[in-house]
Amino acid sequence: MSLAMPSPDTDLALWLEQQTDKSLLRFMTCGSVDDGKSTLIGRLLYDSQLILDDQLASLKKESHNRTVGDEGIDFSLLVDGLSAEREQGITIDVAYRFFSTDKRKFIVADTPGHEQYTRNMATGASNAELALVLVDARKGVLTQTRRHSFILSLVGVKHVVLVVNKIDLVDYDQAVFDRIEAEFRAFAEPLGFKTLAAVPVSALRGDNILAPSARTEWFQGSALVPYLETIAVAEDRTGSPFRFPVQWVNRPNLDFRGFSGTLASGAIGVGDEVLIAASRKPARISRIVTMDGDLDRAIAGQAVTLVLDREVDISRGDVLSRPGETPEYSNQFQARLIWMNDEPAFQGRSYLLKLGTQLVPATITDLKFRTNVNTLEQTAATKIDLNEVATVTIATDRPIAFDPYAANALTGGFILIDRLTNATLGAGTIEFGLRRAQNLTYQSFDVNRQVRARLKGQAPQIVWFTGLSGSGKSTVANLLEKRLTAEGRHCYILDGDNVRHGLNRDLGFTEAARVENIRRVAEVARLMADAGLIVLVSFISPFEKERRLAREIAGDIAFTEVYVDTPLEVAESRDPKGLYAKARRGEITNFTGIDSPFETPQNPEITLNGATQSPEILADKLYGFLKF
Amino acid sequence: MTPLRRTHLQALEAESIEILREVAASFERPVMMYSIGKDSSVLLHLARKAFYPSKIPFPLLHVDTTFKFREMIAFRDRTAAEYGFDLIVHTNQDGVREGINPFDHGSSRYTDIMKTQALRQALNAGQYDAAIGGARRDEEKSRAKERVFSHRNASHAWDPKNQRPELWRTFNTRLNPGESMRVFPISNWTELDVWTYIYAEKIPIVPLYFARRRPVVERSGTLIMVDDERLPLAPGEEPREEMVRFRTLGCYPLTGAIRSDAADLPSIIMEMQASRTSEREGRLIDSDSVGSMEKKKQEGYF
Repeated sequence: MSLAMPSPDTDLALWLEQQTDKSLLRFMTCGSVDDGKSTLIGRLLYDSQLILDDQLASLKKESHNRTVGDEGIDFSLLVDGLSAEREQGITIDVAYRFFSTDKRKFIVADTPGHEQYTRNMATGASNAELALVLVDARKGVLTQTRRHSFILSLVGVKHVVLVVNKIDLVDYDQAVFDRIEAEFRAFAEPLGFKTLAAVPVSALRGDNILAPSARTEWFQGSALVPYLETIAVAEDRTGSPFRFPVQWVNRPNLDFRGFSGTLASGAIGVGDEVLIAASRKPARISRIVTMDGDLDRAIAGQAVTLVLDREVDISRGDVLSRPGETPEYSNQFQARLIWMNDEPAFQGRSYLLKLGTQLVPATITDLKFRTNVNTLEQTAATKIDLNEVATVTIATDRPIAFDPYAANALTGGFILIDRLTNATLGAGTIEFGLRRAQNLTYQSFDVNRQVRARLKGQAPQIVWFTGLSGSGKSTVANLLEKRLTAEGRHCYILDGDNVRHGLNRDLGFTEAARVENIRRVAEVARLMADAGLIVLVSFISPFEKERRLAREIAGDIAFTEVYVDTPLEVAESRDPKGLYAKARRGEITNFTGIDSPFETPQNPEITLNGATQSPEILADKLYGFLKF
Repeated sequence: MTPLRRTHLQALEAESIEILREVAASFERPVMMYSIGKDSSVLLHLARKAFYPSKIPFPLLHVDTTFKFREMIAFRDRTAAEYGFDLIVHTNQDGVREGINPFDHGSSRYTDIMKTQALRQALNAGQYDAAIGGARRDEEKSRAKERVFSHRNASHAWDPKNQRPELWRTFNTRLNPGESMRVFPISNWTELDVWTYIYAEKIPIVPLYFARRRPVVERSGTLIMVDDERLPLAPGEEPREEMVRFRTLGCYPLTGAIRSDAADLPSIIMEMQASRTSEREGRLIDSDSVGSMEKKKQEGYF
């Protein structure tokens, strides 16, 4: 496998051309903890002579007190790069390694086996064309083997090699290998991999790595490296429909306006007609610009700058395609979602969705079912926890252009981002667009909110009170309503307790139920304000995300967040309904302030100090603040 | 490069260009680290390609420790003049006032003050929300674990155990106030890729990479070039002219030369392929202790 080294006699130009002409295979290793993933990669690097003298010396020093092969080296030390990993002897995050043979260049992602690091495994898998699934010959197919295989299929890895490692420890027994292979094939059958090969190896001893091992004469297949060198994995992305997500508008001066980006798929030539997905406006390609000179044609994977023959409004996030083979353009789709955050996902909560160069607010509108990653069993769910996979419906605030993930990974995969912390929360693959959103347009009536508001002589709005139970929200809202009504204005109070008796009586107090509770109340408040009312909402609404959701649902209706800031001790001492006492006795659970948190509002329009001032003064203050 | 023949170098080039454009499109105040080395030269070339015919839409930042090779500084100024990019040079003036140098204060204290601290000063002063660097995953074990878009908290620290998942080429570029991003467009390149790309694209590099007769002293097996009179010589120590070159460039007192006759690119590539030591071996700061790069990165080093 060794890379042919150039010697003084080599024709260097030819040798360099061979180096630049090689194809590239991006693969990953996965499997359970201690199956020897890192050892296998270390072996590949060692055998391809990529471990250099100084690295070898420091490795031998570090290999003391560890399991070593004939070479006296613990190969896993090569890839476990973080201190915590070396200390604990486990892999936490993906490590990328590089090696090369005469036939191919390889980028290997070594991914963690531990369930808690599944998100890092998905990171590695999302850019891999092939995966090695390692199994310890003594242990066979484990839960983690199944989970990883499922995630591979979810992220769209099409080619799999089952590597039955540590075959030396079962005396190179064919029966063991056959049994594991049969079990894995049965499990993987519904996952739809394009190719699946199995090979018995010992990463530590080097059996069936570079060449067939004499110790497994019963094995008829190819050794691992020759297999990786020859397998055809290249997807013909150039043959797919043309997709060009605009990344950056290139405008050096008034005479040049180009659209920079990378062809996600397909090919395009000068003179070809293109269509902008959002506006459906047509244009023709007049130039394909690169620093190396203009091109006549560009293909999938090339980063270019396109110039069009006419002025059309295009910005980052737009997708160019050919007429007749346009991507879907919708604000609703069904997707599979893998959740990567400690805080679970809930139906109704708002996130940022990034797909290609498009970034939009989005909501999980329907959590259809959760798939048990170990058994593939589907069960109903109200939330998605860390490392869980679910099938969901997602609605975006405005339509986006996409393809099903199976047709195009680059225009069908997306990530969800937390709107407060900006953390990456999950990743999704689109199954299909839901067209009903396109057909369902809002009825626009002649009598609109403005007309109704004029009739009532007031500015319809939502005043959203948040604060602990017993903080004084309802008292202040009540005083304000009395005053407004006395002035002849039309108001309505939506109160947490009252709504729970009717509209929301099916909801409990879990986090998922609270999200839905808020969503419904916010929708009702919006309808009432649309009808011309001043809506006072008195809801504990303890989570910043839900308050933000309520604000978003309000849309263009004036929304005032009123934080009634009363410390827990004061609210608890009032305890008008005796609820704090019950919560303290443990008779009710998930009670805000006691065993469920209250997140202090970050940007309320107004804060009322409920501990030091009387409800009358607070109501006056609020009255003065609002505009009617 | 020949269009329409998608070799692995073309694929790497396109990937890097896409990353650079993503930075320009997503951040308000990006900056590109310019270390003058070969990786920086490749990065600069890629940035020119990414935005052509526009100019590079962000400044280049060089952290000058005052102990860089003189030829590096000359090359830097020549290159800036030729391509007309916006160059910012920052030196830790506190360190200069205190006379911090690698001889009296040790390599790790010197590096901390003149490189890590200096970098933080420069990033804070410019209020940059993204800093582009030329690090590669094949260089070192903790680098192999780093994301392409690598998140930094408000004190520029890296949390290796809690990195954002990074799927496909969909990069999460969102930040909270005070946070920043380090971006590594050539993460997936190897040293050989860098050299073959420099060869194929005829990219200018600092002449120190090519073998020439240079004055050196040998200290514990490492050849140090006597670039100016600040290098203290031990009693009896006499610089001698040797045919040497550098595989990596940094501060001259901390960068070991190798004996070599490779005076042009093809010979360098051939010599590199035949060599059996890794690139960072010539850097004295990495070998202080196991995991030292990870520690430095957590503190804000690039």
